[in-house]
Amino acid sequence: MAKAMPGPALDRRGLSDEQLRWMLRNMLMQRTLDNRGFQLNRQGKIPFATGSEGHEGIHAGAAVAFERGKDILVSYYRDIGLCIGIGMEPMQVLLSMFARAADISGGRQFPNHYSNHALGLLSISSIIAAHCPHAVGAAYAMKLRREAGRAVLCTFGDGATSEGEWHESINFAAVHKLPIVFLCENNEWAISTPREHQMAIADVIDKAPGYGLPGVKVDGSDPIATYAVMKEAMDRARSGGGPTLVEAKCYRFLAHTTDDDDRTYRTKEEIERHRHLDPVPRFEKVLVEQGVMTADEVAAMKKSVLAEVNDVTDRAEALPYPAPEELYKHVYEGSHEPWL
Amino acid sequence: MAVASPGTVMNNVEAVRSTLYEALKDDERTLILGEDVGARGNVFLITKGFIEEFGPERIIDTPLAEASIVGIAIGMAMEGLRPIAEIQFADFIYPAFNQIVGEAAKTRYRSNGDYTCPLVIRTPYGGGVRGALSHSVSIEALFYHVPGLKIVAPSFPADMKGLLNAAIDDPDPVLFLEHKKTYRLVKGEVPDGHYTIPLGKADVKHPGDALTVVSYGLYVHQAIEAAKRLAAEGMSVEVIDLRSIRPMDRTTILASVRKTHKLLIIHEDNKFGGIGAEISAMVAEEALFELDAPIRRLCGPDVPAMGYALPLEEEFMISTDRMAEAMREMVRF
Amino acid sequence: MATTITMPQLGETVTEGTVAQWLKKPGDAIEKYEAFVEVSTDKVNAEVPSPVSGTLREIICKEGETVATGAPIAIIDEIGAAPAPEPPAAVPAAAAAPVVTPSSYGAPGAGPGVNGSSGLPGRNGNGAAAGGAVLRGVSPAVRRLAREHDVDVSRIRGTGTNGRVTANDVVAAASGGPAAAAAAAILSAPAPAAAPAAAPAAAAVPAPSGTSTYASPVPGTLVPLTQARKIIAKRMVESLETAPHAWTMVEVDVSNVWAWRAKEKDRFLRDKGYALTLLPFFIYATVQSLKKHPLLNSRYTDDGIAIAREINIGIAIGLDSNLMVPVIRDADALGIGGLAVAAGKIIERARTGKLSADELSGGTFTVNNTGANGSVLSKPIINGGQAAIVTMEAVVKRPVVIGDAIAIRSMMNVCLSLDHRVLDGTSANAFLGDLKKRLEAMGPSGEL
Repeated sequence: MAKAMPGPALDRRGLSDEQLRWMLRNMLMQRTLDNRGFQLNRQGKIPFATGSEGHEGIHAGAAVAFERGKDILVSYYRDIGLCIGIGMEPMQVLLSMFARAADISGGRQFPNHYSNHALGLLSISSIIAAHCPHAVGAAYAMKLRREAGRAVLCTFGDGATSEGEWHESINFAAVHKLPIVFLCENNEWAISTPREHQMAIADVIDKAPGYGLPGVKVDGSDPIATYAVMKEAMDRARSGGGPTLVEAKCYRFLAHTTDDDDRTYRTKEEIERHRHLDPVPRFEKVLVEQGVMTADEVAAMKKSVLAEVNDVTDRAEALPYPAPEELYKHVYEGSHEPWL
Repeated sequence: MAVASPGTVMNNVEAVRSTLYEALKDDERTLILGEDVGARGNVFLITKGFIEEFGPERIIDTPLAEASIVGIAIGMAMEGLRPIAEIQFADFIYPAFNQIVGEAAKTRYRSNGDYTCPLVIRTPYGGGVRGALSHSVSIEALFYHVPGLKIVAPSFPADMKGLLNAAIDDPDPVLFLEHKKTYRLVKGEVPDGHYTIPLGKADVKHPGDALTVVSYGLYVHQAIEAAKRLAAEGMSVEVIDLRSIRPMDRTTILASVRKTHKLLIIHEDNKFGGIGAEISAMVAEEALFELDAPIRRLCGPDVPAMGYALPLEEEFMISTDRMAEAMREMVRF
Repeated sequence: MATTITMPQLGETVTEGTVAQWLKKPGDAIEKYEAFVEVSTDKVNAEVPSPVSGTLREIICKEGETVATGAPIAIIDEIGAAPAPEPPAAVPAAAAAPVVTPSSYGAPGAGPGVNGSSGLPGRNGNGAAAGGAVLRGVSPAVRRLAREHDVDVSRIRGTGTNGRVTANDVVAAASGGPAAAAAAAILSAPAPAAAPAAAPAAAAVPAPSGTSTYASPVPGTLVPLTQARKIIAKRMVESLETAPHAWTMVEVDVSNVWAWRAKEKDRFLRDKGYALTLLPFFIYATVQSLKKHPLLNSRYTDDGIAIAREINIGIAIGLDSNLMVPVIRDADALGIGGLAVAAGKIIERARTGKLSADELSGGTFTVNNTGANGSVLSKPIINGGQAAIVTMEAVVKRPVVIGDAIAIRSMMNVCLSLDHRVLDGTSANAFLGDLKKRLEAMGPSGEL
């Protein structure tokens, strides 16, 4: 079957076909894993899952801008796609969902609270914006050690930009011109709080000039545009140009978590009105139209992703829980006992 | 602690200062961050001269933002540096509670050892200096409850140095409490050269056999003074300097109680829920049949803080006379 | 007038200061608040304003010299000013808690738990557990040690606060104390070599045994001497060696007073919670007789016979291996009912080891209810520091002659030991005769 005729020329921003295909696969993997979490929860197999539907474009674009082995990711719990995008195995996602002993946190953390020292993924906290000062500290270490070519990527949602610790972090990074990019994945919702109750301004980047760092806004449902903005910001950070606040707009299609009933604060119609922002079908369409992939190749990719997710689901489910005595480890380097 | 090497007599400010200086010299991963630690050299002159020698990148004058002083230090620690964060007065530490308790204490635990947080947070605490409501509090009770944190409160210069070195070496977060009244008031011999004192070890500062007194901070010194008065009256009182609050030394306390059969805990912090409560519970659990008298706690009153007016401060602070009287009553009981 | 200026405290934790520069020289005029010297400490440098107007008379601390805060640095002659007002009086220091000195019979009442010597409400940390009350029962350490050493705690005279038995007391009791150990050593030492027929080792007295006690003495063993036993021994010897004892007695018909007691006892117990025995009736009569015969309520001193001002009646109580004499002070202020309650209380406290030093001292005359043990005649030893001691012997129904008829009456012997330096037959029997009359005059129509 002949490839479809290419549509109007796409500005790929230097990305190769391979990278574009990689990005789609990452997005599909993210969506499948996300949905798997909700499925397992509705099946009663796991108590809890968070959803990141709508963020796939941001994660794919940011992941390509991230340099493995050099950069550090200080992330939050909605970044499944970004974490697998920097190299975390899908198996880790399922181990985390099932809270198995083989999970990197030993089954201690909530799902999606990853940690991976080898990959440069800082241990994720549940506390909103508490990680922002950590990201700043890590960036400071890079600067102190004169490590050119390294940067910290700190991600968070719109709600985090109200926390005091977020403001303290932005401020310090700007004062010291640190190698860090602050990426706000603005999906317009903090659980049930819409943006207009979170801030008096329309765009998060309007906060940036107040602290003396540049702010750049991008359509987060466009992974290529997101990649371009992120690449520029990360390069600026890596070369001593200081911090940037990037705001990637997207929409959160699922509830906050499986415990959140979003029908209490928004309507199905409103969600559907934003469906055009869904990055996955959009990107599929772009790739097919540009002749990067055929429709069959896309279908095959989806099948392969699903097969992989099914496989890791079964394997993770079969593994054991942590033993109870594991509770007492890693409080300190030595014994957990407070009385010696 | 028997140390053969020669020593130097100095006060607690100098003990901390010289220890920090050596740590900065020995290890380029070490740095200090806090308010006014650079050009001002810290409000007690503890870091005086440091920024000139080590530069503004390692002696950081932070913005006025306690949460991020600790949070940034956590990030530095996770990325391989050895940060020593300073909170200017313990009374200002509350905005950093989230970072200390929710993040630093849990880093190793939540990542199952994938990440650690080798962080020191230093802060001056305690009253008796006309510091009133916001420059006098004791904070150890708020934090000693938290698994994942370590807390020390030495008050002799030799202990300051040994425990600060140990805290800097420690792979876990340590809250290093310095009683501000002892800064210049307490002088003692400090051995030269690098040494550490292990965390979790108390020290018998005045041996005796008729009563065990457990204390820390400024009050250790007063307790020793009171014990000396009682010795002249023929009563033998043992004073234990806790030095380390989490972990705490069970062995020394119990050995002493088994000898004296009576326990008096003296601390400046409020009585209700203070660390005396934990010590009392432990001794009651493990040595009930050694006790020849109810355990007694002579502690700060259960009010938010001492007032600025002198009578209010003196009412809060426990005089050496009061300590001696309590000791006498218990010895005679 | 000359005002001495001292080194100020420039900073919360500063303890000394250095005179950096004098801004005035001796003879210069100084205005109040004018800077006259520059001082430096390791925290700050500052110009110090003068507290008074006047002339700088003398510089005590030279430039570059370092002194402690509060040390004198200069003298200023004040011009014409009134003496500086005294600083506001400091809040008076809290009164010291009373000093407690343990006596061998137990310490006075101010034990731990005297809450807040300044009386302030929030002053915590002063109270021992449970509102500062002295321990009921014994401490865990005492309980354990008593069990380990097989010692009966109720036999031990405590040296702790309020007579509490302490852990040290138990250990001392268990080991018999140094005196007993020394005695055993002497007794078991081999006979001197010069003696013929050296005593075989089998005849030696064994060492004190922990299992042979006063309550259950084992033949062929040494019962360890308790502190109390040692004190009793000492006091008895002292009394006999000091006062030449003489003795006399009378027979008393207590039938009427016995009937009176029988009539009132149930109601008394119900209303007051204490038993009504013959003792309070006896004490009441004794007190009345002592008022009439004050020589019996005295003691011998080299300077004279000290006639006591109060009438404080000691009641001798035997408790297993212990002898105690708690005192009812000012017994003449109490009626028979009051005496019954007072006696009931101190006897209870004696039994539970809670007597205070006050209650064990200050007696002027002693009553001994030897009859409770069945005795009909006793020859008691006078309580040291008193002139006499009286006993109530057992009440026995006997046939007596009244008029020319024989009747069965309840008869009680009353015996008296007297210090013959103070008393003799005349004075003693005058008292006893009076006591007998009073007792025989008591009856059911009387007032309690």
